[in-house]
This record gives sequence, structure tokens and C-alpha cells, in this order.
Amino acid sequence: MTRNITCVTCPMGCSITVEINDAGEVISVSGNTCKRGETYAKNEVTHPARSLATTVRVNGGIYNVVPCKSSEDLPKEKIFECMKAVNEARVNAPVKLGDVLLENICGTGIDIVATNHCPAK
Amino acid sequence: MLNYDLVVVGGGPAGMAAAIKARECGIDSILILERAETLGGILEQCIHTGFGLQYFGEQLSGPEYADRFIEQVKEMNIEYKTDTMVLDVTEDKTVYAVNKKDGLLEIKAKAVILAMGCRERPRGALNIPGTRASGIMTAGTAQKYVNIDGYMPGKKVVILGSGDIGLIMARRMTLEGAKVECVCELMPYSSGLTRNIVQCLEDFDIPLYLSTTVIDIQGKDRVTGVTIASVDENRQPIPGTERNIECDTLLLSVGLIPENELTKNVGIGLDRVTNGAVVDEYRETDHEGIFACGNVLHVHDLVDFVTQESQIAGEGAARYIQGKKGKPAYISTKGVGAVRYIVPQKVNINNEGDVKLFFRVGSTFKNATVKVSYNGTELISRKRPRLAPGEMENVTIKNDMLKTFAEGGVIEITVEA
Repeated sequence: MTRNITCVTCPMGCSITVEINDAGEVISVSGNTCKRGETYAKNEVTHPARSLATTVRVNGGIYNVVPCKSSEDLPKEKIFECMKAVNEARVNAPVKLGDVLLENICGTGIDIVATNHCPAK
Repeated sequence: MLNYDLVVVGGGPAGMAAAIKARECGIDSILILERAETLGGILEQCIHTGFGLQYFGEQLSGPEYADRFIEQVKEMNIEYKTDTMVLDVTEDKTVYAVNKKDGLLEIKAKAVILAMGCRERPRGALNIPGTRASGIMTAGTAQKYVNIDGYMPGKKVVILGSGDIGLIMARRMTLEGAKVECVCELMPYSSGLTRNIVQCLEDFDIPLYLSTTVIDIQGKDRVTGVTIASVDENRQPIPGTERNIECDTLLLSVGLIPENELTKNVGIGLDRVTNGAVVDEYRETDHEGIFACGNVLHVHDLVDFVTQESQIAGEGAARYIQGKKGKPAYISTKGVGAVRYIVPQKVNINNEGDVKLFFRVGSTFKNATVKVSYNGTELISRKRPRLAPGEMENVTIKNDMLKTFAEGGVIEITVEA
């Protein structure tokens, strides 16, 4: 079986063809123009993952929310579960870019990290 | 009256990169003027990742990308004023600005870099009939509400226009619990990046209707629904294809317009296609010592390219201030056929370096050939696996080739399927 996917790793958006055997193992990857594309394509047909960028509520900051992202790509099927956890969380100002806001979100082993500063009010 | 060697109008990615480069080229006296309360420009609300892959080789969010430049501006002690609105730039390079602290500022500059960015086309530019209920806003406005102010502007959303901001907001609103009913695109193709169609729409099963537009908006106080219809090849709605969609919010992502009011006031010549200034390879406009870069010059799809272009402008401004600018002898550039525009529009053949010509096509191509000719003679032929209106392309003219050209010549770029 073959699957055609579009690589989302970078803005090039390469069309990649992945050949899979009956056991679901990847036999070949073609159409990618870099190594990252090959990795993405293999992951996409076995265990798709996406980066998550959202916001966390801040207590006592100059803004109501601070932007954040997952430190690594999260399993795609856990994205909404992780969103729920992030939306329930509250952090206190000041927040610095790079601060870990939530550790090991939903047991994924991946952290939620602040992507901007939010000084205290 | 204040005096600076270089005044940069706009403290977004373009203005910061230009100022930093000018400082690196030896200009000490620099002032950045920024309208918002912080440096960073629109990147501050673009919290998704995907920035910086070209420039830093990393996946950064907008605020992270901006922060790297903000930190550099601070480390280099480049002066900046936020919350400051530039009112006018004159032909003799006097900049008038106003803020609450200083009142009215009159600043004399040796060189000016225009880096005001662009703004979104609003509803008024579209002539959509219907009521004026609340719940109709640009995708960028919604992005600010969600990502900076921290509240959701709607629950059931229709998005008109499939530009990148529209696609990004389709995902963002969905993640925050809204139902995005569909994205409608007037053209038969999306102007957004392919990766955004995949990761923002297909991942969430949000339908993208091509050749479709919104022909009516319903609702008295709040939007209650919209009517969409398919359009023919002349972009006219086809009778009988109308469909009502219940929604409380209509987001518009229907194009960006370079914000060139200041540029026009100076009397700088604009390119009718880019809606930005006509510039040479250092991004100098037809007014000596006034440069333009970033989205005010032409709308970019990647901030990485904005940074690179702005560094060129910063270097050009430094050379101008230092009296290093040689006597120019210009050739012009011209996009033919599917090539809608080229930046820069003119090139000084006395230039010492190679020149990258950036261009955009008007339709999609697969396995196309990009051809560059000089006065009708083909010089360069390059294969491209794909070309799309949403993705800027470039070709490099080597300096030794440039040296064979004569003043007044024309470089043309065409695309053959």
C-alpha cells in the first residue's frame, strides 16, 4: 500500500509517497527533498505527531495570557486532551520566555514552554 | 529638533533587522519608531510555530523569532521609542512623530528606512452585501483577541479567504473549542502555504471550498449566518449554488495591503502590482536616502525573507550615509506572463555583489522552467518542481553577468510549463 502525504516540516510542503507493507512497516519513502521529510513521512504513517502552540492564563501579568508551545511534537490524537489541560492551568506572572509552564503534559513526557515574556502588572 | 543618521519607521521584524544590520555596518546613531507598545510587530500575536526555519534552522513561534531581534536591539543599544506614531516623512528626510511622553517629535535623518508592514483588507474593501451585525472581523483581529487578549470572539465560524492567517486561525479557533464550518476561497486555488492547508484544515476535517465566496451576511445585532455560492471563471456567483451556513462569526483573510500612506506622502513611486515602492537592489526608493523593506515593500509569505531583505536595506542605508553609494547605472526588471512582479524593480549594474531577484507567479505550475533573459537573450534557465502564487521564488544574477549589462537594459523573467 502507498500513502501520499504533504510534508509540514517546512514551508516547502513536499509531496511525499510512502510505501507500507501489510504489517504497517515503512518500506520506502520518496519525493522528500531532505532528511527531515523522510523522518516526518515515517512518523506520519506510523504515529503522527504535531507541535502545539496555544496560550496559558496568567495571574497578575500585564497580559491575560502568555503564548506557549509543546517542547516537542505531541501525539496527534492527544492534542485536544492537552489543550484541555493547558486551558485549565493558571501560571503566575512574571513569566519568562523559555519557562516550563506545565511539565509532562498528559503523561506524554513533553513539556509546555512559554514562548514570550509576560511581566507582572 | 532631534538628529539621527538613520530613522527606522516600524519596529517589527523588518525594522529591527534593518537597524541591526545598519549598526553592524558602522552606523551608531539609529532610532527605531514603533506604533505598538512593544517591539516585535505582528509576530507578537503569531504564536504558532514555523518561523525561522530558513534563517535560524529552527522551528520558532512568532514571539520567539521576534525576541531574538529584540534582544539584539537592546544589546547593541539601538535607541527605540514604542507607543510612537509617525505622522509624516518629508522629502528632505525629516520625520514627524508623536507620543504621550515626548509630545510632537521632529527628527532630522540622513537616511530613512520605511518598515511599516502591511494591514489586512477589511470588509469594506470587499463589498459583501448584508447587515452590519457584530461578529465580522479580519482573521488578524481575531488572532489578537485570542492570542494577546485571551478571549474567544466566536463559537461557530466561517472563514472567507484561504490566506495563511485565515488557515492558521481556522486551527486556532478549533483548538480553543470553536466549530469552524468551512473556509471559502474565491480563487480556484489557495494562496496559503500547502503545509498550512494540511496541518490547519485537513488535520481537523475543516472543508476548504475553492471558487466559492460569501454573497450575503445575516443577523441583526450578531451575525446569525452567511450565504455562500460557487463562482464562475469570472469570479461571479453562479445562480442556484447558494447555500446558507449558520454561524456567529465571519473571519476575513482576503489579502494584505502594504501600509504605504507615509511613502505616498513623500511622493515615492509605487509599483502597481506590489502596492509597495519601486526600489533598487539595496531597496532604495526613487527618493535618495529613503529605503523600504519587509511587508511595506511587498507582502512576504515567510518572515525569514523579510529579515534577509531588511538586512539588505540596512546595509544600503549604511552605505548611503557613509557616502559609499557609487554612481548608479540602472537596468530594469520585468515579470512577463505568469510572473506577476519582481523585486527589486531596478538594479545598479555598478553593484559589487550578486543580486537576488524575488518574484511571484499568478498561477500554479508543476515541473516548470524559470527563464531569465536580458534584452531578449536567454541567460538563465532553471527547473522548478512546483511554483505557486503563495510561495515567493528567487533567482540570482551573478555579479560577473551583471557586469556585461548596459544602462537602460531590461531583465525579464518568464515561466514555461
